[in-house]
Amino acid sequence: AMDTDLSSQDRKDLDKFIKFFALKTVQVIVQARLGEKICTRSSSSPTGSDWFNLAIKDIPEVTHEAKKALAGQLPAVGRSMCVEISLKTSEGDSMELEIWCLEMNEKCDKEIKVSYTVYNRLSLLLKSLLAITRVTPAYRLSRKQGHEYVILYRIYFGEVQLSGLGEGFQTVRVGTVGTPVGTITLSCAYRINLAFMSTRQFERTPPIMGIIIDHFVDRPYPSSSPMHPCNYRAGEDNGAVYPSVEDSQEVCTTSFSTSPPSQCVFTVTKAHFQTPPPVVTDTLKVPVMGLAFSHQLSSSRLSYQPAALGVGSADLGYPVLFAGGLNAAHPHQLIGPGKEGGVPPVPSQPAHGTQADQERMCTPVDGVHYSAATPSSSEDTETVSNSSEGKCGSPHDLLETIFIRKVGAFVNKPINQVTMANLDIPFAMFAPKNVELEDNDPMVNPPESPETESPLQGSLHSEGSSGSSTGNTHDDFVMIDFKPAFSKDDILPMDLGTFYREFQNPPQLSSLSIDIGAQSMAEDLDSLPEKLAVHEKNVKEFDAFVETLQ
Amino acid sequence: SCPLSTRCCAPSGAGPAMNCRAEVLEVSVEGRQVEEAMLAVLHTVLLHRSTGKFHYKKEGTYSIGTVGTQDVDCDFIDFAYVRVSSEELDRALRKAVGEFKDALRSSGSDGMGQISLEFYQKKKSRWPFSDECIPWELWTIKVNVVNLANEQERQICREKVGEKLCEKIINIVEVMNRHEYLPKMPTQSEVDNVFDTSLKDVQPYLYKISYQITDSLGTSVTTTMRRLIKDTLAL
Repeated sequence: AMDTDLSSQDRKDLDKFIKFFALKTVQVIVQARLGEKICTRSSSSPTGSDWFNLAIKDIPEVTHEAKKALAGQLPAVGRSMCVEISLKTSEGDSMELEIWCLEMNEKCDKEIKVSYTVYNRLSLLLKSLLAITRVTPAYRLSRKQGHEYVILYRIYFGEVQLSGLGEGFQTVRVGTVGTPVGTITLSCAYRINLAFMSTRQFERTPPIMGIIIDHFVDRPYPSSSPMHPCNYRAGEDNGAVYPSVEDSQEVCTTSFSTSPPSQCVFTVTKAHFQTPPPVVTDTLKVPVMGLAFSHQLSSSRLSYQPAALGVGSADLGYPVLFAGGLNAAHPHQLIGPGKEGGVPPVPSQPAHGTQADQERMCTPVDGVHYSAATPSSSEDTETVSNSSEGKCGSPHDLLETIFIRKVGAFVNKPINQVTMANLDIPFAMFAPKNVELEDNDPMVNPPESPETESPLQGSLHSEGSSGSSTGNTHDDFVMIDFKPAFSKDDILPMDLGTFYREFQNPPQLSSLSIDIGAQSMAEDLDSLPEKLAVHEKNVKEFDAFVETLQ
Repeated sequence: SCPLSTRCCAPSGAGPAMNCRAEVLEVSVEGRQVEEAMLAVLHTVLLHRSTGKFHYKKEGTYSIGTVGTQDVDCDFIDFAYVRVSSEELDRALRKAVGEFKDALRSSGSDGMGQISLEFYQKKKSRWPFSDECIPWELWTIKVNVVNLANEQERQICREKVGEKLCEKIINIVEVMNRHEYLPKMPTQSEVDNVFDTSLKDVQPYLYKISYQITDSLGTSVTTTMRRLIKDTLAL
């Protein structure tokens, strides 16, 4: 019916509201990730420029980026405006934390009054956005940025891409507003897979398989959409002139050289923007301007692949994130990197199966396959399945894994010569500083190997070997230098035999090791008699209490 | 503990019956966290239930002032929230929450109570009847104060309560997003029946805060322990 069609004035108003709503949404999100407390004043006399009756500052660069991304369009069905928030360490490793999506669906509310109800509801939605931006995990991360990492934002327009958030990401809906042309939805998908591998595991087993780039997405939109730092300092003077980067129209290839650590070679379509040095200096004031990775690069992730490649990499995500990073079981528990000068104790309950995974990693690798196998689906059962949509599925991308040999792995030298900083692990600087002594390093002195013989051992070393795997097999072992077929490998320059020898004696389960287990055990044992005495005294009360719980 | 959303009929007899929606939130906190937790919830609700000051113009139209916001960091909870930039409103809330906290403390060691934030409309009645207050939205925060034994537990409590409050904020926003009944925008003569126009910089809907302290139970070991264990499980 004609009377329900939107009048042209209403249509114009609605478009304007949506446009400014989108711009204000971006401002709220980016400002909430600046790392500072925001404060604006109320004003009883309305000024013309306070959209939605809210005092939200407009950072010019942010508005500029938003307008550039929107390119004159408005969010519509299939064309969403997304603000991607990511974290970048001073060593250049980055990771997506959140995607805020402003979407439009087809559900129209023809009856609603544009100039009044829609406007007020958009205002309410912005208030909700203000509130919600403080309760996702990235907020606390962003408040502590500066020395070791920065928070970046990127705006894009089009299809929502959630694949960079890892498995099991959560979504929170901020709100919806119905309009005559569709329903506006504002939501946030945020990564929770920030599990930090326990310090024990990291100390004992330096990266065995090296770093694997486990995810590589060819962004569909060739136009560059650069990342920007959230802690923008409005300074014209950008300091150094950065080296220019060669042009390329093709898909970006990222490769990491072994030294210096984590140096990315990336290409951008057009060097409009300066590329900064990858290191964030100590002075907070340095404007880390225009961290301009092309979005192809920004989608690549690093993750630490455990020895047992059967394990779904998705579960482990970013194992060595930073000392005291976010624990998947306690997403809001944040211990600032480097703040306490060490790593806090890992909670005893397993966090989303990482504990179980960690123990898996210590078990021997049966069969010496270390090719890029797709992980078995059984391993994925522990993934927190909250990511219902947009799952690109990193397991499938394992076909593109690359193994890189790192200093420190496979090298039979005392580990105290290899500091953590040299290891090309992402976020290595956040790893615990206390490095194990040579004596405890299983790579140097492998512990007693288990009784069971692996079938492979028998077949490989049929001549002149002691046969059994007990005792100090290093010495009993007579190594026959033979070249098994297919063993030549450019990436891992060691032969099959050496590899097998190195890995046939896996480190013991940490829970079984005397020195670490014994300490807490001793304490527990000491306090037992005392506790028992107290409990015996109160036995009647406890019995009664148990009754009440039934 | 998700907020319960129930509808109950308005208590008033005269006039059309109106739905008053009620939301209940529950938190378990340590004594020193009570104030910040209450303020976080109340401010978040009021952020959504306050507008700028209305300025009525000649033809019955009005313009609306601007609401500023600011971040508040909690000292005893790993948590931060946004509140409306209005010192008057903040003072009013702090006063109410302070009274609640004192009442909780003096009630005994068990520390259970609830604080309610009610939004209402005034309906003027002819003399000799007094004006009616018709609630249209009621937020109740049930508080359970726990006592912790050592510093490690306190640290865990800081973090856990922070997480819980994040959930509460999300719950509050969910309710706000339902776009359910809100009083009609009033004419100039009616504005004081809908909004609190006494503040100089913002204009919240008419509200009142009240609280109740649950009767303190016996302080036997069984009761305290049962609650602690249930709290731990709930946390």
